[in-house]
Amino acid sequence: MLGDEISLRYVGDRAVLLETDGAAAAHQVRSRLERARPDGVVESVVGAAGLLVLLDPARCDLAALRRAAATPSTTDGARPVTVHIPVDYDGADLAEVAELSGLTIEQVVARHAVPTYTVAFLGFAPGFGYLSGLDPALRVARRDSPRQRVPAGSVAIAGEYAAVYPRDTPGGWRLLGRTDVAMFDPDQDPPALLAPGTPVRFVPC
Amino acid sequence: MIEVLAPGSLTTVQDAGRFGWRHVGVPVAGPADWLSHALANRLVGNDDGAAALELTLTGPRLRFGAAATVAVLGATAALDGEPLPADASFRVPAGAELAVGPAGPGVRGYVAVAGGLAVPPVLGSRSTDTLAGLGPPPLAVGAILPASTVDCPLRTVRWAALPAPRARAGEPLRVVPGPHEDWFTVEALHTLCSAAYVVTPASDRVGARLSGPGLARGRPGELPVTGMVAGALQVPPDGQPILLLANHGPTGGYPIVGVLATADLPAAGQARPGDPLRFAAVSRDAAARADAELRAALAAAVIPVG
Repeated sequence: MLGDEISLRYVGDRAVLLETDGAAAAHQVRSRLERARPDGVVESVVGAAGLLVLLDPARCDLAALRRAAATPSTTDGARPVTVHIPVDYDGADLAEVAELSGLTIEQVVARHAVPTYTVAFLGFAPGFGYLSGLDPALRVARRDSPRQRVPAGSVAIAGEYAAVYPRDTPGGWRLLGRTDVAMFDPDQDPPALLAPGTPVRFVPC
Repeated sequence: MIEVLAPGSLTTVQDAGRFGWRHVGVPVAGPADWLSHALANRLVGNDDGAAALELTLTGPRLRFGAAATVAVLGATAALDGEPLPADASFRVPAGAELAVGPAGPGVRGYVAVAGGLAVPPVLGSRSTDTLAGLGPPPLAVGAILPASTVDCPLRTVRWAALPAPRARAGEPLRVVPGPHEDWFTVEALHTLCSAAYVVTPASDRVGARLSGPGLARGRPGELPVTGMVAGALQVPPDGQPILLLANHGPTGGYPIVGVLATADLPAAGQARPGDPLRFAAVSRDAAARADAELRAALAAAVIPVG
């Protein structure tokens, strides 16, 4: 997945972007850095096409960072435990998604519940994972006008991703259903149910 | 403990920030002006990362239940109606009322208490996160802030030890170009560095929305979602840059034309709506040197009152 040389871009004076071919490769680089712990790495953020690495420039050696990022690790290819999320498929946008995709509501539900998704990266809100693996037939654009309030636990899709809203927020994704599973709780360890690379399955209930 | 008699327009608790959770979508938060925050903490003998108050425009009125050593930076202050000398720590007797604000010359001020504010940490940080709603809520009337009663010698800021804040000296803020320069026309960086960009009122701790000549994209399509940093000048399709501040989201989907030098983040965090900002491109090495020099100068910038 990665050659000897990873392309590196400066992001100001305290971060670099290690460019990768997709989020899964970025997650792999993150795992390698977590294991090798090169000096001066503060933390890292998985994106859709690279890993942002936050640095303490006084302690960081960029050559060592690149080596650690490119060195295969025992964590490569490790598959974490699959998270199962029970879903009530009663979302406000089910009929609209069926119409847009030319499927019946039952087919939308079935196609959404079949794949094992993978968390590509998180963002937008704490615990909000962008899940890759969505059936291409279900790729629909966001709503033209976002909702002021999407309830916590909403199971939604937009573009190539599926997601679960961890808490009440404004949002423009199409709502297929809801779950009672807590996606983010700062008092739990770990606080976020999902992390980059986590496999996820939705279970109709 | 400290009782909040009046909160001010937006007063939050800020320590160094909530590090280590960006990869699961948690913003860092922390002070919008890390330099003033660190100076205020040093005035009362705290570590740079101790929890202090950050006020916006107008400040809080606070009643101290016990004697404390306090410093206010970037805002005026009065103790039981008596104005306090600027840029120095002072003693607050038990029962006294401290009125802070307005902020000036910038938009934000800091109130540090010796020993730090002991609000309960969330995910290892006491910072108020206004974007994700983590940590203590912004101050409200009647709120109680736990504070220790640590004694500390009085100190003052020696401004001569520090480089003059560039925006107020009329100098441009330093920007390291990229990482997405290839998403813009070749003229975009030149435009950014030759015109003034005005801070609009739609600015907050997440980011300063700027208004000026548009920065044109050089290619169509959408940037793959990428990690973001404070100081990033991200450019939505309308071409008007958003300068990300301390409480920015950890990821975003707009290309970044350049990133402010860490040494100039304090000036950005203090910019008022209506302030014009100018930018100049510098190398990453030059920006890193400026940061290292500023941090070295900080060590000599707080001295005992004598």
